[in-house]
Amino acid sequence: MSPKTSPANETMLELSGVHKRFGGLHAVNDVSFKVPTGSIKALIGPNGAGKTTLFNLIAGNLPVSEGSIHFCGQSIEGQKTYEIARMGMARTFQNIKLFHGMSALECVMVGRHSRSRSGFFAGMLSLPTTWKEEKAIRARSMELLDLLGIADLADTEATSLAFGQQRAVEMARALALEPKLILLDEPAAGLNIYETAEVARLISAIRDMGITVLLVEHDMSLVMDISDEIVVLSFGSKLAEDTPANIQQNEEVIKIYLGEDETV
Amino acid sequence: MKTRNYLPLIGLGVLMVALHLLTVWTGTQYYLTQLTMSAYYGLVIIGLGVLMGYAGQISIGHAGFFAIGGYLAAALTTRNLEPFAQNWWVQLLDKAGVIVHGQDIYGLSQMTFTPWLACIVAVTTAGLVALVIGIPVLKLKGHYLAMATLGFGTIVYRIFLAMPYFGESDGITEVPGFDMLPFLTISGDMSHRVLNFYASWTLLIVGMLFLINLIGSRVGRALRSLHSSEEAAEASGINAGRFKLKVFVLSAIYAAVAGVLLTHYNGGIGPSEASMAKSVRYVALVAVGGMLNLWGTLIMGVGLTFLSLRGVFGSFDDAVFGTILILVMLFSPEGILGLKLRPLLRQLIIGGRA
Repeated sequence: MSPKTSPANETMLELSGVHKRFGGLHAVNDVSFKVPTGSIKALIGPNGAGKTTLFNLIAGNLPVSEGSIHFCGQSIEGQKTYEIARMGMARTFQNIKLFHGMSALECVMVGRHSRSRSGFFAGMLSLPTTWKEEKAIRARSMELLDLLGIADLADTEATSLAFGQQRAVEMARALALEPKLILLDEPAAGLNIYETAEVARLISAIRDMGITVLLVEHDMSLVMDISDEIVVLSFGSKLAEDTPANIQQNEEVIKIYLGEDETV
Repeated sequence: MKTRNYLPLIGLGVLMVALHLLTVWTGTQYYLTQLTMSAYYGLVIIGLGVLMGYAGQISIGHAGFFAIGGYLAAALTTRNLEPFAQNWWVQLLDKAGVIVHGQDIYGLSQMTFTPWLACIVAVTTAGLVALVIGIPVLKLKGHYLAMATLGFGTIVYRIFLAMPYFGESDGITEVPGFDMLPFLTISGDMSHRVLNFYASWTLLIVGMLFLINLIGSRVGRALRSLHSSEEAAEASGINAGRFKLKVFVLSAIYAAVAGVLLTHYNGGIGPSEASMAKSVRYVALVAVGGMLNLWGTLIMGVGLTFLSLRGVFGSFDDAVFGTILILVMLFSPEGILGLKLRPLLRQLIIGGRA
């Protein structure tokens, strides 16, 4: 097979000179990096480093102040969140956002929204074409719950599930979009070590499905285990970008994580 | 769609027949008039229920859409076109067969639009107004959306009250019956009473069927999701603004259809139908039924409207609905049917959140 040629094929996501200012606060300061297609890239940094802001910029929840973000070779400037989602970018949230009053299965079915098309009137009249589509949505969503090991909880109200299970539902919902890129905002937050190991296995499985992964995570063991590359943010700026092994040796990174040259 | 979702609809059909038989049995057929009117108001309320409960948008201006439907239907079927008889567009419409030639109460010849055309114009207008209003207004949230729709309702009310074409404070009377189908005339005439009762309840059942289908569909799931978390819904590729707008227009159309038919049934319409008190009443009835419970909304809406129309609340009518709204918000935001008695009692006795 010939190697991939166009740069757009090799780079899933590219940030160039991205700035974000909130009034006087420079939350993201000249951040550039690339997420190669098919890789797992992690974004780490102390609290307040601008990781979640960066996620919101990438997902289109916030406009960039300066610089550009390209997804699949296409600028996302001026694109709405739902348009970016339809281009194939899914995400999960740090503070889980599941839908009240819906079963786990229904939450995942919402994720199929942009991969199905039955409209308003077809829905009102319950046209036979919608039945077939509905069946397919349900079947695919069930498969995803099964993949995440929570198929038996399909009919349970999503918001009443245990924390780890809620994260799994969120991930299933994101996968239901059939994304090219998935943004995971602290997928292991609040999980115990067994659950974290499970998440690690899952993220690798997602990558093996051909989905590029960008994650924000505090759990260093998880990040070091699964990431191909790591970007370190500090006070809104990129401090380092390297492989996990090199990041562990990087003095500046050690400084911001362990404190600067404190006399003992 | 699972069949069990349709079972309550069959129940509603059975209730319709049972109510009719009950009035015959007890010799109280005159109740059918209020039952018919309640069904039309029920249509407004379930339409608003989907907007409030499932799309999570409030509208304190829905009487405005009802009135747009009712007033346009009334004006177009009563206002004489004779002075414009020579105009090309009147002649064109006449040739198209959408103009009725008749006599007014003084025996003078009169030309008016057919009720079918009036109905289509009225409902389309309400839908278009909702669309135009909805685009900017639905960008607002919470209190701001409530205030904006309140403003809309006030404007509509004042327009109908101020324009001689719409009869100012007298409203429009002498609205003819609506020969909707060969065997069905929407009219308050005694001879049509039973048929009109069945027509209104059938319309309510069909209206409910459409909404239940919608809620259970892909679009309905999207609506429920954006009600819960707009951010997560948009991240799933859902265009929240577009769906909100569509539901807003749909609920306006429900209100307008009810307005048109009730106006023909009553033979007229007055400015009170466009008033703020009416809009607040609709909101109260949705709330009392339970925001996420369309059946509760329907039952409480039709039931309380019936009692109100029978005059059970006397002159305190609007006060009763205001009180209901306050009580529901305080004690049972899930609606009366979602009320759990024990926590309520504990709350009353001990105080604080149960």
